[in-house]
Amino acid sequence: MSSATLARSSNESAWALPSRGRVGMFSLIAAESAVFTIFVVAHIYYIGKSLSGPTPKDLLELPIFSTVCLLSSSLTIHLAVRALRKAKVGVFGLWWFLTMALGAIFLVATGREWQHLIYEKGFTISTNLFGTTYYSLVGLHAFHVTVGLLAIALAMIFTLLGKVKPEHSERLDVFSLYWHFVDVVWVIVFTVVYVIGR
Amino acid sequence: MASDTIALGIADPDARPIGERLHDWVVTVDHKKLGILYILYSLFMLVIGGVEATIMRIQLIVPHNHFVSPQVFNRMFTMHGTTMIFFVAMPILFGFGTYLIPLMIGTRDMAFPRLNAFSFWMTAFGGLLLYFSFIGGNGLYGAGNAPDVGWFAYAPLTSRAFSPGHSTDFWTLALLVSGIGSIGTAVNFITTILCMRCPGMTLGKMPLLAWLNLVTGGLVILAVSPLTAAQIMLSIDRYLGGHFFDTQAGGAAVLWMHFFWIFGHPEVYVLIIPCFAFASEIIPVFSRKPIFGYPVMVGATVAIGFISMSVWAHHMFTVGMSSYGNAFFTATTMVIAVPTGIKIFNWIGTMWGGKIQFRAPMLFCIAFLFQFLIAGLTGIMLGASPFNWQLSNSYFVVAHFHYVIVGGILFTVFGAFYYWFPKMSGRMYNDALAKWHFWLFLIGFHLTFDFMHIPGMLGMPRRIYTYEPGRGWDIWNLIITIGVFFQIAGVLVFVGNLLWSLLKGEPAGNDPWDAWTLEWSTTSPPPDYNFAKIPVVESRRPLWDIKHPEDPDWKYE
Repeated sequence: MSSATLARSSNESAWALPSRGRVGMFSLIAAESAVFTIFVVAHIYYIGKSLSGPTPKDLLELPIFSTVCLLSSSLTIHLAVRALRKAKVGVFGLWWFLTMALGAIFLVATGREWQHLIYEKGFTISTNLFGTTYYSLVGLHAFHVTVGLLAIALAMIFTLLGKVKPEHSERLDVFSLYWHFVDVVWVIVFTVVYVIGR
Repeated sequence: MASDTIALGIADPDARPIGERLHDWVVTVDHKKLGILYILYSLFMLVIGGVEATIMRIQLIVPHNHFVSPQVFNRMFTMHGTTMIFFVAMPILFGFGTYLIPLMIGTRDMAFPRLNAFSFWMTAFGGLLLYFSFIGGNGLYGAGNAPDVGWFAYAPLTSRAFSPGHSTDFWTLALLVSGIGSIGTAVNFITTILCMRCPGMTLGKMPLLAWLNLVTGGLVILAVSPLTAAQIMLSIDRYLGGHFFDTQAGGAAVLWMHFFWIFGHPEVYVLIIPCFAFASEIIPVFSRKPIFGYPVMVGATVAIGFISMSVWAHHMFTVGMSSYGNAFFTATTMVIAVPTGIKIFNWIGTMWGGKIQFRAPMLFCIAFLFQFLIAGLTGIMLGASPFNWQLSNSYFVVAHFHYVIVGGILFTVFGAFYYWFPKMSGRMYNDALAKWHFWLFLIGFHLTFDFMHIPGMLGMPRRIYTYEPGRGWDIWNLIITIGVFFQIAGVLVFVGNLLWSLLKGEPAGNDPWDAWTLEWSTTSPPPDYNFAKIPVVESRRPLWDIKHPEDPDWKYE
C-alpha cells in the first residue's frame, strides 16, 4: 500500500501538466473574446451609419471615474489573491471587499448613465442604429461585470463566514483571470464606444 | 479490499430497479454515459432529419408534385439543415469525443465532469426548443409554426416583418442554447487533453484522435462563439426592436451573412476534423501499420484549423464583394485544399503495403477516402469565384456539401460506430448485416448525390418547391429520390444490427481488433473508473509495446 502511494507520488512529481483551472479559464476567455469581437466589429461597422439622430457626440460623456474604478479593481483583486497565498486571510478580505466595491461603483455608474440616456434623453436600444450597438455592447460588458460581481460576492460571504483558507487561493486566482479579462474588454469598449465612436 | 468493493460496484447496477437505473443516466457525470447519451440523442435526431429529407425528396420526385404544401417544404429544408448540423453531426462527434478522449489519453474522466453533463443537457434542450416550434411556433399570429427561413436564416427574412409569430425565435434560441453547450464541450475537450494525459503521454505521443479533437475544440471556441453573438443580436432585433440587421434603419443584411459564415465555414471543419480522427485511428489498425506521417498529420490539422478561419466569404461570392475580396477568399480556399490533400496522401500511405482487412469500419473509411476526394474537388471548383457565380445556390452546391457531410462525415461516423461499438457495448456487431448496411448505403449515396450534380449544372436552383417538366431535370430527380430509399434501407439495417447486437451479439472481449491505443487495454464496456491503474505510456502505440516487448515502438520514435 505504502509503496504504491510512493510510486504514484513520484510519478506525479515527474509528470507535470498545466492546471485544469487555468486552461479551462483561458479557453472560456478565448470564447468570450470571440463573442465580444463580433459585437465590437458590429459597433465599428455601424459608426456613423444611423439614419436618424441622436449621435454619440450629443449623448456620451467619457466615464473617466468609473473606468478608473474598474481598472484599479484588477490591482486590488491581484493583491487580494497574493495576500491569501501568503495566508493573510484578513488582508485578503479587505482587498477582496475593495474589489467588490470598485466593481459595484462601476455598475452603478453605468446604471446612472443609462438612466440619464433613457429617462432624460429618451434614447433607447430601438431609437437608432447607434442605440442598438451601444446598448448591446456596453450591456454585454455590464452583464459580464455583474456575473463577476456575483462570484466575488459569493466568495466575500464565505470569507465573512471564515470558510476561505489559503488553499483556495488557486481557485480565486483562476477567477481573477476572468476579472482581468472583463477589465481588458472594458478598455476596448471604452476606446471603441467613447473615443473612436464619438 | 479495494477490488472487493469494485466487484460489488459492477454487480450492483443490474440488480436495481429500472427506474433507478434510468435515474442514473439522467444525473450522470460519467463521460462514458454522457458520450452514449450524446450518440443516442444524435441517432434519434438523425432519423427525424432523415424523415424531413425524405419528405423533400418525395415532393421533388416528379414535376408539379403536391405531396406537401410549399410552406411545409420551406419548413422541411430549414429543419432538415438545422437538425443535421446542430443536433446530429455536432452532438454525435462530441459524443464520440466525450466517450473516447479520456479512455485514449488514459484518464478516468473529463477535466470538468459536471460541465460535461451541463453541455449535453444544453444541447438536448436546444433540440427540444427547435422541435417545440411545431407546437408553439404559431404564437398569436396564425403564422407558420416551424422555422422556414433556411438553415442560414439570411436577414431580412428573419425580421419581425417577414417572419411573424415565434418560429424564428425558436430557431435562434435553439442555436443559442446548443451553442453554449458546444462551447462548454470545447472547453472541456481542450482542458482534458492538455491537463489529464497519463504519465509519459507527451503531446507528440498522443493518439491522433486526441490531437484532432484538440484542434476541433479550438475551432468550436472560435467559430461557435460568433454564432452565439449573432444569435444574441438577432434576438435583440426581434424582441427589443434593435436594428442590427434592419436595412430600413441603416443596418446591413450582409453583416449577418458575414457573421453566420464566420461560424459556418469553420463549422465544416469542426465536423470533418473529428472524422479525420476516426479515419486516422481505423485505417492503421485495419492496414496493420502505424499511421504514415504522424507529425505531418498533426501539422496539416493545425494548418487547416488556422486557414479555415479565413475562408468564410467563399459562401458569399454572389453577394457582390470587391474583386479583392473575391480574389482573397478564392486564394484561401485553394490553400486549404493543400493540407487536406496531404492528409489523404497520408491515409493512402498508411494503407500502402499494409495487410488490409476489409472489415466494416475499414470499408466505410475507404469509401470516405474516395468520396471526400470528390467532395474536395467540387469544393475547389466552387471555391473559384467565376465558377461559383454560375453555380451558387444550385443543386450542384447541394450535391457538393452533401458529398462532404454524408460521403465524408456520415460514412466515417458509421465506420467509427462499428469500430467502437464492441468497446461501448461489450458485444460484436453482426458482420453480414454491417456489410449489407455498407453496400446499401453506398449505392443509395451514389445514386442520390452523384446524380444531384447534374440538375445543378442544368440550372436547377436549391430550395425550390417544384419544377416545370421538360427542362431535362426530371430523370435526375427521379434517380436522386430512388437513391434515398436505398439509404433508408441501409439505415434500417444499421438500426436493426445495433439492436440485435446489443441483445444477442457475441461477447467482444477487451481488444477485438488487435488495436494499439489505450481504450482497448480495459474491459468492454470499461468500468466506471476506466483503468484500475493509470497506465504509463512510452510511445504512440502503447498496446503494441505490451504485445511486442521484443520490438517496441519507443525504440524508433
